[in-house]
Amino acid sequence: MTRTLKIPELSLVVLVGASGSGKSSFARKHFKDTEVISSDYCRGLVSDDENDQTCSGDAFDVLHYIAGKRLERGKLTVIDATSVQPQDRAQLVKLAREHYVLPVAIVLDMPWQVCHDRNKDRPDRQFGDHVVRRQTGNLRRGFRTLRKSEGFTNVYILKGPEEVDKVKIERQTLWNNKKHEHGPFDIIGDVHGCFDELKSLLKKLGYSVSKAKGRYSVKHPDGRKIIFVGDLVDRGPKTPEVIRLAKHAIEDDQAFCVVGNHDDKLKRALMGRKVKVAHGLRESLDQLEIEGDAFKEEAKDFLGGLISHYVFDDGALAVAHAGIKEKYIGRGSPRIKDFCMYGETTGEIDEFGLPVRYPWAEDYRGNALIVYGHTPVPEPEWVNNTINIDTACVFGHKLTALRYPEKELVSVKAKKTYAEAARPIETKTDRSAYDILDLEDVTGKRIVNTHLRKSIAIQEQNSAAALEVMSRFAVDPRWLVYLPPTMAPTETSDKEGYLEHPEQAIEYFKSQGIEKVICEEKHMGSRAIVVVCKTPKAAEKRFHVTDSLAGVCYTRTGRPFFNDPKMEKRFIARVRKAIKEADLWNKLDTDWMVLDCELMPWSAKAQSLLEQQYAPVAAAADSSISNASALLAQAAKRVPDIEALSDDFKSRLDLVKQYREAYQHYCWPVKSLKDYALAPFHILAHEKNQNMDKDHKWHMDLIDKLCQADPELFQKTQYKAVHLFNEDECKKACDWWEKMTAKGGEGMVMKPFGFTVNGDKGLVQPGIKCRGSEYLRIIYGPEYTRGDNLQRLRRRGLGKKRSLALREYALGYEALTHFVENKPLHKVHECVFGVLALESEPVDPRL
Amino acid sequence: MLLTITTTHKPATDMGYLLHKSPDNLHSKTLNFGTAYTFYPEATEDKCTAALLLDIDPVGLVRKNKGAAFPLEQYVNDRPYVASSFMSVAINRVFGTLLSGKSKHRQELVDTDLPLEIVIYSLPCRADEEFLKELFEPLGYEVEVEPSVLDEKFPNWGNSPYFTLRLKKSCPLRELLVHLYVLIPVLDNKKHYFIGDDEVEKLLQYGEGWLKDHPQKEAIAHRYFKNMRSLSRAALDRLKEDEVVNDEEELDEQAAADAKEEALEETIAQEKKVGLHRQRHDAVIKALKDNNVSTLLDLGCGEGKLLRLLKKERSFAKIAGCDVFIRSLEVANDRLKPDKQRRGEPEIELFQSALTYRDKRFGEYDALTLVEVIEHIDEPRLGALERAIFDAAKPRVVIVTTPNGEYNELFETLPAGQFRHNDHRFEWSRAEFKAWADRIAKSYGYEVQISPIGDEDKKLGGPSQMAVFVQPEAEDKNDG
Repeated sequence: MTRTLKIPELSLVVLVGASGSGKSSFARKHFKDTEVISSDYCRGLVSDDENDQTCSGDAFDVLHYIAGKRLERGKLTVIDATSVQPQDRAQLVKLAREHYVLPVAIVLDMPWQVCHDRNKDRPDRQFGDHVVRRQTGNLRRGFRTLRKSEGFTNVYILKGPEEVDKVKIERQTLWNNKKHEHGPFDIIGDVHGCFDELKSLLKKLGYSVSKAKGRYSVKHPDGRKIIFVGDLVDRGPKTPEVIRLAKHAIEDDQAFCVVGNHDDKLKRALMGRKVKVAHGLRESLDQLEIEGDAFKEEAKDFLGGLISHYVFDDGALAVAHAGIKEKYIGRGSPRIKDFCMYGETTGEIDEFGLPVRYPWAEDYRGNALIVYGHTPVPEPEWVNNTINIDTACVFGHKLTALRYPEKELVSVKAKKTYAEAARPIETKTDRSAYDILDLEDVTGKRIVNTHLRKSIAIQEQNSAAALEVMSRFAVDPRWLVYLPPTMAPTETSDKEGYLEHPEQAIEYFKSQGIEKVICEEKHMGSRAIVVVCKTPKAAEKRFHVTDSLAGVCYTRTGRPFFNDPKMEKRFIARVRKAIKEADLWNKLDTDWMVLDCELMPWSAKAQSLLEQQYAPVAAAADSSISNASALLAQAAKRVPDIEALSDDFKSRLDLVKQYREAYQHYCWPVKSLKDYALAPFHILAHEKNQNMDKDHKWHMDLIDKLCQADPELFQKTQYKAVHLFNEDECKKACDWWEKMTAKGGEGMVMKPFGFTVNGDKGLVQPGIKCRGSEYLRIIYGPEYTRGDNLQRLRRRGLGKKRSLALREYALGYEALTHFVENKPLHKVHECVFGVLALESEPVDPRL
Repeated sequence: MLLTITTTHKPATDMGYLLHKSPDNLHSKTLNFGTAYTFYPEATEDKCTAALLLDIDPVGLVRKNKGAAFPLEQYVNDRPYVASSFMSVAINRVFGTLLSGKSKHRQELVDTDLPLEIVIYSLPCRADEEFLKELFEPLGYEVEVEPSVLDEKFPNWGNSPYFTLRLKKSCPLRELLVHLYVLIPVLDNKKHYFIGDDEVEKLLQYGEGWLKDHPQKEAIAHRYFKNMRSLSRAALDRLKEDEVVNDEEELDEQAAADAKEEALEETIAQEKKVGLHRQRHDAVIKALKDNNVSTLLDLGCGEGKLLRLLKKERSFAKIAGCDVFIRSLEVANDRLKPDKQRRGEPEIELFQSALTYRDKRFGEYDALTLVEVIEHIDEPRLGALERAIFDAAKPRVVIVTTPNGEYNELFETLPAGQFRHNDHRFEWSRAEFKAWADRIAKSYGYEVQISPIGDEDKKLGGPSQMAVFVQPEAEDKNDG
């Protein structure tokens, strides 16, 4: 007959048995290779000899270290060592406890002769039989304490080879593991006996609630389930009814409930334990007294059966009454249960004589969303992917539910104030505590996973470089929700006189299986991201900023665009006004948005570059070439050989002139706001919406309204939608580009019509720039078209630039997605920081 | 890229013999950065003008450095059009025979004084144009400097950094060429190109005899050695492999560091009169000692000035510094040599960090110092700094110094309303500093004492101010 050994799915399994008792074979048979750590193997690791007993100390250090790392990561671990001595096992029990996992012992109790015979067959285990005899003796002497007092959750003793062979291991799901439950859920805050409000809230959420023969039936037409964050009882008027409803719903598999501190205390009171009757316990006891003993018994069992926390939806959601630390999730211990019910206190006492709670959520960096209650707040607030939804119903405020996965809040007002709070219910206004970033969030070598691209690697030296810019020059990280990616140019054109031409961009998108693109005029200014809110108050609420601004405008490296804060304030005010006039706040149902723009003139931001780089080249070239030309002409009169050189230099003067005109075209003085022109081309995000999956027509149409609202500040971006398999349309696009660039335009950007598009070969470049020939003169130098220069310049590698463009794009996309989903600041910042870090990778800046 | 040499020595055409280039031909020499042409716009018995024209290949210049990273500004660059060290190299390569003191047909003329006039076009000089005069006048030249506008369409952009330089002197032609060979690269302190190690030596060798007595020799040497410093080990290694040194990234970084240094010098110039720097450090060190600090971390340590003083004190177990600028840390590392700890010296550690992020390492020290640091952080970001230091790290002692904005009035050269340093985001008055310090102390459970640093003015206080935050000794913290 097979014997089934039940072990918790997350446990530390300690195999106990003398050398030769068959532990390794047993482990191989029942566990994954990677789950088993053997002391022999660790001996080999540290000394090259698996049987070298002199290195045991080091070998066990390694063993404990590996086991610790595995348990930290929530992995079942099997220890294959003799562990016949109680002190050896004690160390392992301690290790399990440190990681809040359950220790299990499986003892292979073999007659020593069996072990000895097995060892004899192994050339590496030629030690005398006294060793095995001693081990077996030790083992058996320890049985009593092993069973009773060593702290193992389960102890299984298998006697002789027959019993060992007939064993089956069954891994048991932990009580708190509801990972297979994917929702949707409605998570309800502290009810505290407010039955009427609970019923109205459930109705508002779409549940039908009925009662027949003393039994509640709660159901949602869409199969939604309820999760209570605990504290169903005390203080309020109808604790028994709340218990009934919750109990019945749970029994019908329509609800889950975690235990709250009040639930636990009421249970203890019902068990007859001595508890202090205070904080609303009296009300519960009185109400239950009326219900009679049978229900009291029922209530006691129900409350006693509630567990500390649940993990749902493949680990994406965790619910605990007072919250939970990341390392506690999915584990169990008295300490964890305590934390889940009460949280932690700092040991300090506040002005109301109550203990100050340790702000665990500030430090939370986990991926699971944590929903909790316990501490009444006037409004739920997102803090690092956690949310407290106890909105103090019993204190006369409201009862709140969080819909999951929608993350929407639904509440009903309290009918009355049932109890007075011991301390005023107020929000912590200081968000700076929540939004603090850890250096560990950004530095060192990092791997960032994004929706669009897996494992984007950021090298240590790049994050170090980004840290300089980010911490010294960038705008407040709370404003910095996005940074634009670099953009790759087209493949190099072979056309006579051209380095870039739209034809190659068309080819690229065709090769990716794209049928429709949008060609947008490329403005020659500076890239500007404008984050703008309806009011400073809206900014404070959504961005948690404390600078009382309604918006910011920053450059592609995150620096403030305007040196003068007053100018920036006026600029933002103008943008807000235009949005209001265009009625976009209402149309998009938002009070903030992020605009991706080009801000002209170029000289506004690039003045120093112009004065120190571009203009001097023209000045130097002009003076040198004209003087050389004159001197050569003079010499050519005497020495005819010089004539060719003389003509050559003369012709080069024209190139210098063209170069100068090329940059002058993008410069004009800026004295006031009037001199700026803003050309937005993406509305990157607004409340609940990350718009990088919406097609470009959607963006352009809305932006057109802005341009109409304030044509003085806003500049339209000309564009053309082009079907790539329509040759005529393609030709027209090329002609259009020729015309624009001939007039000194920078060129155009070709983008997949659908914005973020996965093509035949993965993510498609979100934009390819085709720059005009004259514009390229300021990139490649005045004489880039002369002689064989162009031919030589055609040898340029685009691979790195393109790869960077995609990686940066994926990070920017991710940053905004996180922001829109109310993910914690450090999540957003990690991605934005990543873009900046990648920007410090060396790549040909002319591309 | 262009210079002319004119003589009125009779017969003037003898210059052709000296230069080893016949006035009746076009001479060209291929160099690895382009072609050098020599020709004569004028060649008569009375007057002869030789022109040296460099046609630098702009594409090749960039191409040669495959694999190196260039910031945009390196791409479109003035190198092909100016008289830079390329010109210096060309002088050496084209007129090498004369430079070495030889002439096949006119040996007697080599050391003869000739009436000479030289014109250099587009000579970059990022320093004051007076500097041009100061360089050449002591060598006996008559100097004429002609500036040029940067862009006629935008007159407010001012003048270009290039000059047409006209020099007149009666001297041996060789002497003149030697002066140009050495001084052209010295003028252009932005970027520098040497050809091979031996060129570096040659540069020094050609300076012999006249450089020693030159009143500007320090400036020449300074600029010269500054450029030497910028040729990092890597660049020097590359020198051997590839003739053109063009480690632009390196040079650019150096330029940034120089700019920073210069900016710093500006501040110091303002404050130097009062010897503030030293007084500030003394005050901080005294405060650290008074509070029996044994381990400390200097936040924003820069190049490690305070740490160097602390190292000498020998009363600390461990001193550490962090800064966000890697470059500064490298300098600090060179100066402090943390890996060469001698007996009795404190353990030293340096690392990169930023003060608006929470960093676990901040919590490992007894004291944190912020010496003239907070004013470099945007005021709205001080909240994050506050959290990182007083809430997360919570050291026993925190020392903060910052300028007293009121005192600026007494700096004569500082225009009213301007900060002492262009990176200062604010300069607080004494009242503002006190309000901030008091609030911090109250919120995070510290006792604070504020004192002025430097010689106090009756009305305006000290030039700088210091707050020393100390955690009151908790009764239950008896772990010693």
